[in-house]
Amino acid sequence: MALLEVTDLNVHYGGIHALRGVNFSVAQGEVVTLIGANGAGKTTTLRAISGLIKPSKGTVTFGGKVISGLPAHEIVALGMAHAPEGRGIFANLSVEENLEMGAFLRRDHAAVAQDKEKALALFPRIKERLAQNAGTLSGGEQQMLAIARALLSRPKLLLLDEPSLGLAPQVVALIFKIIRTIAADGTTILLVEQNAFGALKVANTGHVLEVGQLVASGPAAQLATDDKIRKAYLGVH
Amino acid sequence: MTIFLQTFVNALALGSLYGLIALGYTLVYGVLRFINFAHSDIFMIGAWISFTFTGWLGWSTGAPAYALPVILVLAMGFCALLAVAIEQIAYKPLRKAPRLNVLITAIGVSLFLQNTGVLKQVFGTQPQRMPSLVNDHVMFTLAGVGVQFVDVLVVLLAGALMLLLQWMVFRTRLGRAMRAVSFDERTASLMGINVNQVISITFGIGSALAAAAGLLYALKYGSLKQSADATWVLLGLKAFVAAVIGGIGNVRGAVAGGVLIGFLEMYGAAYLSPHLKDVYVFVVLIGVLLVKPSGLFGKAVVEKV
Repeated sequence: MALLEVTDLNVHYGGIHALRGVNFSVAQGEVVTLIGANGAGKTTTLRAISGLIKPSKGTVTFGGKVISGLPAHEIVALGMAHAPEGRGIFANLSVEENLEMGAFLRRDHAAVAQDKEKALALFPRIKERLAQNAGTLSGGEQQMLAIARALLSRPKLLLLDEPSLGLAPQVVALIFKIIRTIAADGTTILLVEQNAFGALKVANTGHVLEVGQLVASGPAAQLATDDKIRKAYLGVH
Repeated sequence: MTIFLQTFVNALALGSLYGLIALGYTLVYGVLRFINFAHSDIFMIGAWISFTFTGWLGWSTGAPAYALPVILVLAMGFCALLAVAIEQIAYKPLRKAPRLNVLITAIGVSLFLQNTGVLKQVFGTQPQRMPSLVNDHVMFTLAGVGVQFVDVLVVLLAGALMLLLQWMVFRTRLGRAMRAVSFDERTASLMGINVNQVISITFGIGSALAAAAGLLYALKYGSLKQSADATWVLLGLKAFVAAVIGGIGNVRGAVAGGVLIGFLEMYGAAYLSPHLKDVYVFVVLIGVLLVKPSGLFGKAVVEKV
């Protein structure tokens, strides 16, 4: 059975029907990406999964347990980490405090210290800046910190919301490389991206979201060669 | 010189009380971005409930040495629980409502507490004298100024509570959760923080500090006006000004603002005119708001996109 199962997910914002019956699943160890244009409902899908918003209809099952309707902090405890849109860095805390915030619910301090070292090994630039106020980091560093922080909860499933947004091309390449490393380490990832090209390269499976509905799904490599998708999302004419 | 020193002692004691009350405004503002206008009433209840407990325990005419810590703990505990109950009943249902609705609700809660207090089954309409739980003789004389034990007590206890809070906010897991909630509730919940619980605890802590201020106020000044009397609101309002001058949401700023207000009021009264003692504070408030609206210790928030 899949680690994450999303069935007939519907979300309303007031009168706006933002998600209209989205179905997909994420298997253990897989990298799944949701691609689509601005406003397609990608962030909404992640928020409905991690409990930041309540779906109006449909269910989300995580590790065999129905989690739709649970508050976000209880879903974190089940082993899901969500690095949110806009990175969600606490600019009033130090870099190190931000990082440790990811392990807020963990009591196994020795293992947390190990995971911290491991996460910092992935992001040497963060390691140099631990004592700094997190608000002083550059956008790319903030994104690295957000991912490192999410890893500190030792998640079974990592949700990444547009990690490449607003970053310089070299930094984007670095972020995708790190996502691949994290996946190779056995963490299951659900990646939301506008950068369809990069996302489809790191993912096993891809789904295309258009105005609240999935319009195409398949192996990432296959989507990347699909003419329609190449035209619409990869900027190839 | 004697007047100067005497005023110094009084100003420090009053300023410590303002600081303690200001911390409650600033803590709640920090996590909820809302001014809890019922906070001055929690301070009032802290003073009155201390008086009530003292009577119940039979310490009105002579108290044992342990009376003070017992009353302190009881008053702080009572006000913390009361505030958590108020938060659950009155504010929590409005978590997603516009700020103005919550603000008006707070004014309603304030009126409710003031007028419930006047009932004869509660505190009654008569002013009361707080029995002195501690030795109120002059403790030592400094350059001709007699310093009473209660003055020392007010400053030391208030100072200790402020340091404790400071430690809690910056050195503990709970404090870190409070700072995270203060900055970004949504992301805090993604870290596994139970935001509602942190908000409740914050209300409780701020109100416990107000209760301690209430007890210390009662011990220092002795007379307790009825619960709907304007003195309580005025004291609370000046503590609120202290929080704003220090930079609302800033823990150190609230303490500094409180002490500053205490000094302004007392030195203004001693050297300029005692009739205008409530005016100085507000004049300085206007000045600070004109020059540095974020408060003396407040930082203009810089956000990186």
